Amino acid sequence: MFSYYLDLALRSLRRNKALTALMVVAIALGIGASMTMLTVLHVLSGDPLPGKSQTLFYPQLDPRDKADYEAGAEPPRQVTWIDGMNLLRARRADRQALMTGGAVPIQPAQSSVDPFFSDARYTTADFFPMFDTPFRYGRGWSEADDDARSRVVVITSELNDKLFGGRDSTGQILRMKDTAFRIIGVLGDWRPNPHFYDLNMGDYSGLESVFLPLSASRDLHLPLNGSRSCWGDGGSDEAHFETASCVWLQFWVQINEPAKVADYRNFLVRYSQEQQALGRFQRSPNVRLSGLMQWLDVNKVVPSDVRLQTWLALGFLLVCLVNTVGLMLAKFLRRSGELGVRRALGASRQAVFGQLLVESAVIGLAGGVFGLLLAFVGLWLVRRQPSDYAALAHMDLTMLGATFAAAIAASLCAGLLPAWRACQITPALQLKSQ
Amino acid sequence: MDILPILSTLRRHKVTAFLVILEIALTCAIVCNAVFLIIQRVDRIHMPSGVAEHELVQIQLADTGAKADEYARAQEDLAALRQIPGVTQVASVRQVPFGMSSNNAGIRLDPDQNKPTLDAATYFGENVIDAFGTRLVAGRNLRPDDYRRLDMVAEGVRTKNLKLFPNTVVITRAVGERLWPGQDPLGRTLYLGKAPLQVVGVLAELVRPQIEDDSAALFSLVIPIQLGGGQYVIRSAPGDRERVLKAALEKLRQNDPHRIVVQKRTVDELRESFFQNDRAMAGLLIGVCVALLVVTALGIVGLGSFWVAQRRRMIGVRRALGATRHDILHYFQTENFLLATIGIAFGMVLAYGINLFLMLHYELPRLPAVYFPIGAVVLWLIGQIAVLGPAMRAAAVPPVVATRSV
Repeated sequence: MFSYYLDLALRSLRRNKALTALMVVAIALGIGASMTMLTVLHVLSGDPLPGKSQTLFYPQLDPRDKADYEAGAEPPRQVTWIDGMNLLRARRADRQALMTGGAVPIQPAQSSVDPFFSDARYTTADFFPMFDTPFRYGRGWSEADDDARSRVVVITSELNDKLFGGRDSTGQILRMKDTAFRIIGVLGDWRPNPHFYDLNMGDYSGLESVFLPLSASRDLHLPLNGSRSCWGDGGSDEAHFETASCVWLQFWVQINEPAKVADYRNFLVRYSQEQQALGRFQRSPNVRLSGLMQWLDVNKVVPSDVRLQTWLALGFLLVCLVNTVGLMLAKFLRRSGELGVRRALGASRQAVFGQLLVESAVIGLAGGVFGLLLAFVGLWLVRRQPSDYAALAHMDLTMLGATFAAAIAASLCAGLLPAWRACQITPALQLKSQ
Repeated sequence: MDILPILSTLRRHKVTAFLVILEIALTCAIVCNAVFLIIQRVDRIHMPSGVAEHELVQIQLADTGAKADEYARAQEDLAALRQIPGVTQVASVRQVPFGMSSNNAGIRLDPDQNKPTLDAATYFGENVIDAFGTRLVAGRNLRPDDYRRLDMVAEGVRTKNLKLFPNTVVITRAVGERLWPGQDPLGRTLYLGKAPLQVVGVLAELVRPQIEDDSAALFSLVIPIQLGGGQYVIRSAPGDRERVLKAALEKLRQNDPHRIVVQKRTVDELRESFFQNDRAMAGLLIGVCVALLVVTALGIVGLGSFWVAQRRRMIGVRRALGATRHDILHYFQTENFLLATIGIAFGMVLAYGINLFLMLHYELPRLPAVYFPIGAVVLWLIGQIAVLGPAMRAAAVPPVVATRSV
């Protein structure tokens, strides 16, 4: 029966090629546009560290003076050197890392490569185990290296390819700002999206090329990058940032057991109270402890333009669907006579309904397939856009399945009403009017 | 034209008519809001900067090793750059318009004021005003004796020694209007932290390097602070920029070879990349608007064709009873006009609703009323154009159809 209905559907669709094409194209455009944007949204709001993100937290403290005070306002989004070091040394979480961004001049040993500037991350030892960074060669540094202000460096595999042709470079020397650093690790394939641990560098910016101990970076006065915000008599120069009333560091903690999260928050409150008693903090304790995904929300990482584009695409899909429903309805109703004859000859209402639904499903399927192709074209267009997230816009399996499901669902929705409406026909009336 | 028979026909095709109305309403609502967004983006892209954009190049250098006396070197750099033929002005800078990286400061009218009155971008460096080509509308430019060195200013911050700070500042008109509405800002004092700065000059416009809030885009200060950082802006005739840039890089390399060029770009390029997302968004919105209108128009064509085919006999009868071709044509046009009008009416309400949603979530202004009549006219026109084909086919139905059964 199904193959017969399919045959009927194809015949009917072939009878009016332009109209069939119009319906298929409308569905395809709608599906293509909305799936492109939903894929971009899906990629951008993804978890940068699946399986690990729920154990990572970003503490916020309020070390500012009384100026600009507003009760309950959000504390600064970074920490001062003093607070960062205090929290780091307190070791109240399972792991903790203090970090900031920078840029270092790299002076390759080979004379064939000119010196160049590269983004850097100055951080403490736990960065690597805490964020589960893969290593191609070697490993990260230890807390002893932090304390000894060791001149050691971890580089990305990209930089390793550029300078050492992809060979195991651990133990080699990398000169940065006239200082010799020993390479102790080469990272594997790692690009967390978004660049969650420091969103000041651009929400979807790529990985820094070199990672070195924060203590060593401060010894050498390596240039800093990123956001800083000062108050009171802050606004010092970079060389004196340790004592300045400025926030310029990011502090992350790993807390493995959910039960201990509240403990850590209490610790932050107690710490703030202590600092207030010492006269360093002038405001009453105002702390936050956001989980990684929550931190991304707080920072509104997904660009509002992308959300807007998604709404727009869904609106477009709706118009395309209404358009198709209208056309299909008109088409089915025009065949009232034929359907009346079938009903009069004994076809049940369900049978007629099924037949019409097969016809609309064929259109939906065709629209879905074209829509999928259009979504690939759309994503290719998105990738050609200049935004920093553009390169990430790729279809994955989840979205591929979702696209297909959406196409079928959309076309069935579009077919249901016309099919139902068409089988309400009273056969006698149709036969009479013929 | 008699509307009643049209209405009675439409009543027999309630669902189909409703769908056409719905489609027109949705299209109308989305297109109105999208066009509004497009115009806003285009306005933003053409935001004035107040600087001679086509004449400026920016060069930023960074030291590879330990640095010698930066401030002396900066003076040598500036002198060397000035000698390049074709260069009209040179400035040392720390930030440039549309450069994305920005120093900002809270400005107070009273040093003990709790919240700053406004947040402004702070331009440091020598000869910034002349090199940028910003127009001074009142007061004077900064003079050599106004200047302090950045390291001394930082020292002043650390030791709380206000004497090490500069005493003068040049502000933009926008800053003046916000701080002292309706008054002359010249000679007045504003505070950066605790440091008092006297306003000695007012600029027409100077855009910030990074714009978080478009209404504060022109909040900039030029503070007389000497820099050693190795970032320069060079002004020349637009056609000379490429040659000047090349010569400048060579000069700077000669002055100190232990430096890397981090940036070398024209301010035109800066504007281009600053607004690239807005441009992409505007392009996308235009694409969606066109696609929506085309889909809607094709939908009307498709539906119109159906109705004409379905009513061939009725048309034949009417023709046989004396209706002219013109009457038939007119019938379908009026029908479409009716549907479009109802659709547009719903569309306007919907457009307003969508605008409210956007105002709530995307901080957009209210949709100006002028969009409603324009949107209506556009959709009426599209409806009429779309229905013309089917209507002409209907008008061509010969009266003899009436005499044929089926």
